[in-house]
Amino acid sequence: MSFEDQVNGVGQELDELAEALQDFRLSVHGWSEAVYSRPRSSQSGTAVAPARRRSWRLAAGWALGCVLVAGSLSGGGLYEHRQQQMRIAAERVAEQQRLAAQEMARQEEEDLLAKVDSDVSRQVPSAMEPLAQLMTGDVSQ
Amino acid sequence: MAAGTALEAINMATAEEIAAEEFSAVVIKHRPQIFRFLLSSTRDVDLAETLTQECFLKAHRNWASFRGESSAMTWLMRIAINLQKDHWRNRRMQFWRHTQSHAVDMDEASEWLPSGERSAEQKLLARERVGQVAKAVERLSERQRTVFLLRYVEEMELSEIARTAGLNEGTVKAHLSRALGRVRAELGGRR
Repeated sequence: MSFEDQVNGVGQELDELAEALQDFRLSVHGWSEAVYSRPRSSQSGTAVAPARRRSWRLAAGWALGCVLVAGSLSGGGLYEHRQQQMRIAAERVAEQQRLAAQEMARQEEEDLLAKVDSDVSRQVPSAMEPLAQLMTGDVSQ
Repeated sequence: MAAGTALEAINMATAEEIAAEEFSAVVIKHRPQIFRFLLSSTRDVDLAETLTQECFLKAHRNWASFRGESSAMTWLMRIAINLQKDHWRNRRMQFWRHTQSHAVDMDEASEWLPSGERSAEQKLLARERVGQVAKAVERLSERQRTVFLLRYVEEMELSEIARTAGLNEGTVKAHLSRALGRVRAELGGRR
């Protein structure tokens, strides 16, 4: 093959490549325009698959929604239950504290009364005992 | 004082309205191109639509930060490429499952080749060639495919591709050269 033939061959190949690329571009443009301007619901050839996909998506969406609702409800119930438990525990602690305080007050009161009693019932000091005896004697006379 | 505040509020409202109008114009102008790129990249109509939506949603959120240093198209295409990459990276397995089940063969695009003024034989040959190119494109690496599609489908300049894909121009050339090599090999194998 001569150099000229080789050059011609390469030239022809490049022309073919350029033409193929041009046709490829036109095809992609045509395809895109057709898909872009075509209403999605009227795609006869591919309408079934997207519709099926949509129904699956819808079903999956509903299922997920139900799971989330159930989860949030049960989660909410659990939260409510926890709150109630905590309220009861708090009330129990408050009651115990109240009883302890009452007991303490009662104890203090008793101590005070005991002290008063002991003060009131205290014997006459020994230095005053002769006088007391006299008083006793006067009364007996 | 109160008049000043009211004026500021009016100015802000006007600025927001202008921004919204500008963004709407950008969406109308560039949406088909972004969709086309994502469709040719993923070969999945549903996925391309979803990613196109995400792309414009993201662009809308960041519209205030777009300073016009690059063209809106370059900026949007960059977002689209990143979304596509994230999709690959984060949901590789799911993406494959999705792609395998819903993606169409790229050579399906050859059915949309305009007939023009070709004979039946030429038309057949052209469709066959488009199919060969499509097959080669399918087999390219993600980056090679992106660069190839931006160059030969979106007809972007090399410098623009470099800015869009976040690569330097030399790397773009290298990817493009390898991609073209594959396409040539595929076309050569036909003969």
